[in-house]
Amino acid sequence: MSFLSLRNLSRTFGSTRAVADVSLDVAQGEFFGLLGPSGCGKTTTLRMIAGLEKPDSGSIEFQGADITNLPPERRGFGMVFQNYALFPHLNVFENVAFGLRARHKTRAEMDERVTSALELVQLPGYGKRAVDELSGGQQQRVAIARAIAIEPALLLFDEPLSNLDVSLREETRSELRELVTRLGLTAVYVTHDQEEAFALCDRISVMVGGKLMQTGRPRELYEQPAEVSVASFLGRNNLIKAMRLSSSKTTEGEFKTLEGEHTLRLAVKHDDLAPLNKPVYLAIRPEHVQLSSHSNGDTNTLPATIREIIFSGATSMVRVDANGLMLESLVLRTNGLEVNQSCNVVLSPEHLTLLKN
Amino acid sequence: MKRGFTQLKADFSLRSAIVFVAVSVILLYGVIYPNLSVVINSFKRDGSWTLANYTEILSQRIVIESIVSSLGLSLGTVVFCALVGVPLAFLFERFTFPGRRLFAALAALPLVLPPLVGTVAFIFLCGETGILAHGIQNLFGLQNPPWRLRGWPALLLFHTYTMYPFFYVLTGAGLRRIDASLAEAARSLGAAPFNVVRRVLLPQLTPSLLAAALLTFMTSMASFSAPLLFGGDVRVLTLEIYTARQRGDFVMAITETVVLAVISLAALIVFQRYEGTRRFAAAAMKGAPRRRASIGSGAARVLATIVAVFFAVVLVLPVATMFLVSFAQEGSWTTQTLPAAYTFANYRRLIGEPLAAEVFVNSFIMSAIAAAAALIWSFCIVALLRRRTRTPSRFFGEGWRRLLSLLVLIPWALPGTVVAVSVAEAYGQPSALLGSFVLVGTFWILPVVYFLRFMPLVVRALQASMEQLDPTLEEAAGSLGAAAWQRFLRVTLPLVWPGAVAGTLLAFVIALGEYVASVLVFVPANRPISIAIASELRDFNLGAAAAYGVVLIVIISISMMVAGRLERLR
Repeated sequence: MSFLSLRNLSRTFGSTRAVADVSLDVAQGEFFGLLGPSGCGKTTTLRMIAGLEKPDSGSIEFQGADITNLPPERRGFGMVFQNYALFPHLNVFENVAFGLRARHKTRAEMDERVTSALELVQLPGYGKRAVDELSGGQQQRVAIARAIAIEPALLLFDEPLSNLDVSLREETRSELRELVTRLGLTAVYVTHDQEEAFALCDRISVMVGGKLMQTGRPRELYEQPAEVSVASFLGRNNLIKAMRLSSSKTTEGEFKTLEGEHTLRLAVKHDDLAPLNKPVYLAIRPEHVQLSSHSNGDTNTLPATIREIIFSGATSMVRVDANGLMLESLVLRTNGLEVNQSCNVVLSPEHLTLLKN
Repeated sequence: MKRGFTQLKADFSLRSAIVFVAVSVILLYGVIYPNLSVVINSFKRDGSWTLANYTEILSQRIVIESIVSSLGLSLGTVVFCALVGVPLAFLFERFTFPGRRLFAALAALPLVLPPLVGTVAFIFLCGETGILAHGIQNLFGLQNPPWRLRGWPALLLFHTYTMYPFFYVLTGAGLRRIDASLAEAARSLGAAPFNVVRRVLLPQLTPSLLAAALLTFMTSMASFSAPLLFGGDVRVLTLEIYTARQRGDFVMAITETVVLAVISLAALIVFQRYEGTRRFAAAAMKGAPRRRASIGSGAARVLATIVAVFFAVVLVLPVATMFLVSFAQEGSWTTQTLPAAYTFANYRRLIGEPLAAEVFVNSFIMSAIAAAAALIWSFCIVALLRRRTRTPSRFFGEGWRRLLSLLVLIPWALPGTVVAVSVAEAYGQPSALLGSFVLVGTFWILPVVYFLRFMPLVVRALQASMEQLDPTLEEAAGSLGAAAWQRFLRVTLPLVWPGAVAGTLLAFVIALGEYVASVLVFVPANRPISIAIASELRDFNLGAAAAYGVVLIVIISISMMVAGRLERLR
């Protein structure tokens, strides 16, 4: 029995399918991410978990109980909204105490819990302030304090950092993670920012076009994307269109690229092999595309020409042309590299991934 | 199947069922039944169906004349108000110069003046025995007054004074909405300033201008006080209905009422049709902020300032005259330009005479009842009209919502005369629908009529407040464990009450000075202020009539200031 599980959730708005057949499980104490481009249905999924939106079909179970039709106020989940949704007519204390009042706590308990919640978000003594006097970052902390003050069974975040500027965002990010871990809470975190999701989450589900594409640990998703959409959404990736070679029986991990007609060998990890005579995609990260001036007989070494060198600070991106197959390589140093220079590109088999379409 | 049932149960909770039934009953009794009964009775004579009422009244010259007069007066009013209001809006919205703020602060004054009070003030100022006429007469030693405040010119002048703010305010708002960079783009493409106005600004202003034209037309169709007091030979429909009822010719009155209602509703429908076809997608990009240009050159600046001061004085003069006359000793103002002797006697009478004090108490109580009922009512309506985000509602469908908004809007679109006549017609005698309860002749008829006439204002005000409310606030409250009633009491209500109360105050002050409907159905037990003003005027107690008017203006000003404060609280 998992802590929170979504079973085949679907939700349609008018004619658009915002969420299509989404199933996932979140374990207790996990920091779980929902990652995807805008409009992919991640927020709708979160709102269905919160009870703010009803699924057209499917069910939501929490600790074994079906909560699909339970109204939000009876779920006991804390939620941090993208625009914070602080009550403008209440001061900071009253905002944080809102959920405690709804639970009819005594004055003393309310004082104590609000004070400790404000201390946890490092805003002690801010109780009397009006919320519109606070900076964006402080408002954000109040929103978090308000959500944790009710000692939620589950904490939901809807892009809570997207309204902060970059430097503040990274600082708040690590504080947030630290806070959630310290309180031993389970969290579901929606974001479109891959870096944010990687830094925060134990596990991530990538959603594209209302569908759940892949779920896994950040490193897994990055290094072994299962789908084209996941591979292209998560950072830069070289996508190589290729066909499985039908001629050989022993070389099941051998592919021929459509551009350049190179033969590439994979360390086969996928149980289901690509179909014959149908183009598939292979992916390799730019940082795994190695450039060398001489061939030393490695597998998947392709002759190529350097077309462009883009300097971007700590690293540089080198675009090479391997007989019509364009590849990007991320290098730390560009010493000795020049445009139009010939070189060899090495795509090591363990970094080449076979994608499902 | 099971899910469908729980969904229905969630939609049709007991509480919303009670609100639903209450609202339906009130709309049925207050809007549907009275209006239907007027229409049905207009087609009946001696208990059988007939078109005779219509053929009869439409063959009478006087009736045709009154229809033509009403239409002519209303169209003329629209033209004159547009000619005054639109240029003023351009001048005061686009430019800055000394005197601008003075006029801008006073511009909407005629809107809050009760029509009867405005009419009386106009008579004191511009009538043949008024300050202006006397002044000219004394200045040039004339035997007779230089003009008579009668007929078409008088009505058009008064209507322009009272209704030009529709054009001024809506054009100004429209100009503020237009992205300044559009005009700048047009200039950069080579359009001369005049062409910018004609080809870029005016087309975008069309919705505002149409809305102003509609409001002016309908207000003018409903106008009653001015035609009554200085219409002269111009007999308009509202006046015809009133005199027909005074004569006891009820069949004629209701038939004319139907004609008046049809014209008003037709204007509304035509307008809404047209509005639907001309909506400009607001270019959502960030535009250049509009800044008022300063009029630099000497002559134009002086001219603009003169215009501002002139119109400011014009706006204030009738009210100032009213103040002056309210202090005039009765009988002291005969041929002099200004009243000769001044006294507090008129105000002492208001306090001293029990009959005068009673009038104020009546109006206060009736308006307060109507406004309070409208406030509660508006929350019921908004609760029913609101889209529920959580559940795709199946019980209160879209069609039902539209019907509800339409029924709520109807009493606003109908002239006061129509509302009063239809309620009087429907509840004049014991009917099966109402048991044996009769409203006509009782105290309650006026609060009911006031409620029906002015509740749309409160509903609109509350709806506007609700639209400004961030929906995530209620969601946040829900996620923090607040149940529906807690969300309403602790989040929604504290944020929308300023708007709702401001709307209620507006309804209250308008009801306080109401005359058109009151004059048709009042009884001695509920004589309102407006009736007292009219009867003082009839008895030539000018000072007393003015004193009533001044007190009313003071109450209205205070209420409007409070309402303004509340609006800013939002």
